[in-house]
Amino acid sequence: MRSLLIRSIIKSPVTIDGPAADEHAVKELVAKLDNAARRVLGRSLSIREVDAGSCNGCELEIHALNNPVYDLERFGLRFVASPRHADVLLVTGPVTKNMRVALERTWNATPDPKWVVALGDCACSGGVFAGSYACAGAVSEVVPVDLTIPGCPPRPIEILKGLLTLIDAASRTGAAKGAGR
Amino acid sequence: MAEPRRKTTIQGSPRRHIDAKAWIERSAALGRGEGELMALFADTDCVHMVVRAAGDKELEQLTVAVEGGRYPSVGNRHAPAIRLERAIRDLFGYEPDGLGDVRPWLDHGAWERAAPLSGGKRAAVKQKDYAFLPVEGEGLHQIPVGPVHAGIIEPGHFRFTANGEAVVRLEQRLGYVHKGIEGLMAGATLDRATTLVGRVSGDSTVAYAYAFAHAIEAALEIEPPARAVHIRALMAEIERLANHLGDFGAICNDASFVLIHAHCGILREEVLAAADFCFGHRMMRDCIVPGGLTVDLSKDGATRIRALVEELAPRFRELVALYDGTPSLLDRTVTTGVVAPELARRFAPGGYVGRAAGRNFDVRRDLAYAPYDTLSFKVPIYHAGDVDARLRVRIDEIEASLSLILQILDSLPRSKIEAVIAPANEAREGMALVEGFRGDVLVWVRLAVDGTIARCHPRDPSWFQWPLLEAAVENNIVADFPLCNKSFNCSYSGHDL
Ligand code: SF4
Repeated sequence: MRSLLIRSIIKSPVTIDGPAADEHAVKELVAKLDNAARRVLGRSLSIREVDAGSCNGCELEIHALNNPVYDLERFGLRFVASPRHADVLLVTGPVTKNMRVALERTWNATPDPKWVVALGDCACSGGVFAGSYACAGAVSEVVPVDLTIPGCPPRPIEILKGLLTLIDAASRTGAAKGAGR
Repeated sequence: MAEPRRKTTIQGSPRRHIDAKAWIERSAALGRGEGELMALFADTDCVHMVVRAAGDKELEQLTVAVEGGRYPSVGNRHAPAIRLERAIRDLFGYEPDGLGDVRPWLDHGAWERAAPLSGGKRAAVKQKDYAFLPVEGEGLHQIPVGPVHAGIIEPGHFRFTANGEAVVRLEQRLGYVHKGIEGLMAGATLDRATTLVGRVSGDSTVAYAYAFAHAIEAALEIEPPARAVHIRALMAEIERLANHLGDFGAICNDASFVLIHAHCGILREEVLAAADFCFGHRMMRDCIVPGGLTVDLSKDGATRIRALVEELAPRFRELVALYDGTPSLLDRTVTTGVVAPELARRFAPGGYVGRAAGRNFDVRRDLAYAPYDTLSFKVPIYHAGDVDARLRVRIDEIEASLSLILQILDSLPRSKIEAVIAPANEAREGMALVEGFRGDVLVWVRLAVDGTIARCHPRDPSWFQWPLLEAAVENNIVADFPLCNKSFNCSYSGHDL
């Protein structure tokens, strides 16, 4: 174990640079948020992931964000165990009818201000499962959605980009909001 | 329904109709341990059962008619069929005669109509609260968990009854991620069905597409080109490698040994990046289609995979040595979450759950399909049935996959990668079993005259693994549940469908 640890210290890190936030999406989000919300959220976000009927593909890529290559926490983003600790709900899946109530309850349990991110084609639109007797469809049919990250599943780097967009929007001051206009 | 005459599976003989009496006898024989239940599902006015006689190289398909909405229960003679029959009741409304458990399984009372696959328009029945099995005794308390869990995992409900620290009983309630995939399949074109089947369980997208392609090819009697046959297996081994690496790390993580988790995370990432480079998708989704493949492996791709295997192997072995040399970690995994060999015999769980508890079965060897019949690999068997054994099966299989990947690259034939798929202009059916990372994935299809899907049933290996998790955590401490659960890594989505 010692040699493994020592080598890990000497070697250059495996972590890759973070992607830039999506400027267009940042502006849109900033416009949605009031100053008070931005002050509360600041430069760090706690995320609660909710699988609302995903095939688990999206979860696998969310997991990847925690590996040393993407190292999510260096951006001030972290996953939390309870919606009561969360600023962001990251929702996947075509909201199965059997998960609808659980999603609503999770949303209700998340304190304001909060954001909802719909991750993956299923969450964005119902994806290939749209129209099924067992699915409610897009997450926005059930709870209000602030940001969508399409893909099936989106690559971790794309998820990261989406989440950084949120952080950027959250930390911009009112002046910046004016300047961006 | 007209019966197709031809051989309809690459792994067995055509389906046979039997009467209720023979069906009951077969069920009782299963209950006595004669043969293994591989699948049980309904089609219009009938129920199909797939069984494998132990040691047999062929699968047997049996069918019984549903009369007056009823058929003889298999589950009351052979427990592994119980959840399958509850699912059939929820989806088709067919009543298994004699089954004691009358509770719904997939239907949580949230759909607009009952028995959604029956074709009829039955109004949904209002459901009472789900009745968990009663547990009695002094000092017992219950811990409800889920469907939304603390970690980033799929949703399901676990009801623990504990006596102090020890779990007296775990009861699962699943069905939360039921997406109605079989319903969407009915009437779907081949293209649409291929897309759907690749999304049954995200971690096994290759295995599902692979089994589906085999089933369709069996039904239409089409031979995929040799190169496609090899590249499919290559993808399947890459998928196995990525998932086993992920599980190796995650199991150690749940035993609070983060170092292996971090390194496995890096290795897994390298595998996925290589898959992305070669096939344009990290999980190789939508690459396997009936008739062949949508994407070929380039020369650069082959070089990249060789480099990956060379690079990865020594680093992986170092992590295995670390696992073996860390007593505090072994202390958590050895003798934890034991599946008794007797239960493994009865439930016939596929993959590492079975092979860690003495079930000597691997589709690639025992119901072999090309190209595995020409490749050499060992199937690891352990008998302890604990978390450690399930981890060791994975470790051995990672080694086997690394070797298989090189063998496939060495023998990769040159040919086109797609055969023409033409509809047969008559009803056909096909079935196939493929070894996914989690265990055997079964897909059964019935094609309509115009070549669209009349009925498709994908059966996830988790059906026969989930119930054993209930048994395995008994008498373990509640705090070891995540560790046991991770060592099973059952699919919710594949099961709930
Ligand atoms: S978007 Fe794709 S990967 Fe994500 S849950 Fe849906 S089908 Fe699965």
